[in-house]
Amino acid sequence: MMGNLLLRGMIAGLIAGVLAFAVAYTLGEPEVNYAIGLEEQKAIAAGEDPSAEPEIVSREVQSTIGLATGILAFGAAAGGIFALVFAYAYGRATTLGARGTSALLAVAAYVAVVIVPQVKYAPNPPAVGSGETIGARTSLFFGLLVVSIALMVLAVLLARRLWAQGAWRAGITAGLAWLAAVVVVLLALPSVKEVPADFSADSLYRFRMVSLAIHAVLWAGIGLIFGALAERLIAASPRLRPAAA
Amino acid sequence: MSDIAFAPAYPISIPTREILPWAVFAGLILILAVYFVGAEEGALALVDTGGVIHEFVHDGRHLLGFPCH
Repeated sequence: MMGNLLLRGMIAGLIAGVLAFAVAYTLGEPEVNYAIGLEEQKAIAAGEDPSAEPEIVSREVQSTIGLATGILAFGAAAGGIFALVFAYAYGRATTLGARGTSALLAVAAYVAVVIVPQVKYAPNPPAVGSGETIGARTSLFFGLLVVSIALMVLAVLLARRLWAQGAWRAGITAGLAWLAAVVVVLLALPSVKEVPADFSADSLYRFRMVSLAIHAVLWAGIGLIFGALAERLIAASPRLRPAAA
Repeated sequence: MSDIAFAPAYPISIPTREILPWAVFAGLILILAVYFVGAEEGALALVDTGGVIHEFVHDGRHLLGFPCH
């Protein structure tokens, strides 16, 4: 049962990953290329020869099979973790069935894993961000990611606890508490301001929108595809089928 | 009158003891996979491939929003 559910999560993640790759390749790569072009221009202006630096992996590979590998691996892993969380949330967090639980969980995951961390530490194309701060930026990003997931879990627990007082009241109270906690955390964390003054604001905006879009496609795909796959598995499981049905 | 009539109609959940071993072992491996796409050979490195892993997933790392460079 659990193994099968996990497999379905990873399959849903792979399929959603293919869709997300299409978005990343068609809309994201032009912005990555702009940033790399700018990087090389600066190197030339500084009297360096960009082609002198050994290319470990060619741009051709990076922008195609490398990008696909990265997004598919992330999609499969996210889908698998999603299935594990779903296994616990199903029948516990909400009265919804498999598809409803899956869709709702995907929305919660998108907010907690993508929107909250990106509001503070927005995705950056190459040429933005200094090599010396990568350690600090990595810690801050993953730290915020963990805190954000914890706050989402707490909000759901709070809503569940207040549910007897009515769904609206529980939802709004838990939602406001969550929002207040998120705002405090985001304000407390240090900002990172490393965008070079001459970097195209348009390209940066597009890059960040594309990143949100890639994740939107990925998580919507996981939520909907996994929901359908999980529903079939649960319906076929004698243990999980309601006795009355 | 039975209690069931008043209880909200939750679907039958999967027992925790069944989920836990999967959550621990599969969860660990899956988080490791996210780490390799998102952070390996950036701020820290588990294996040293001279930057091949980092460069190979480079574009995906940027576009997925992980800190890079």
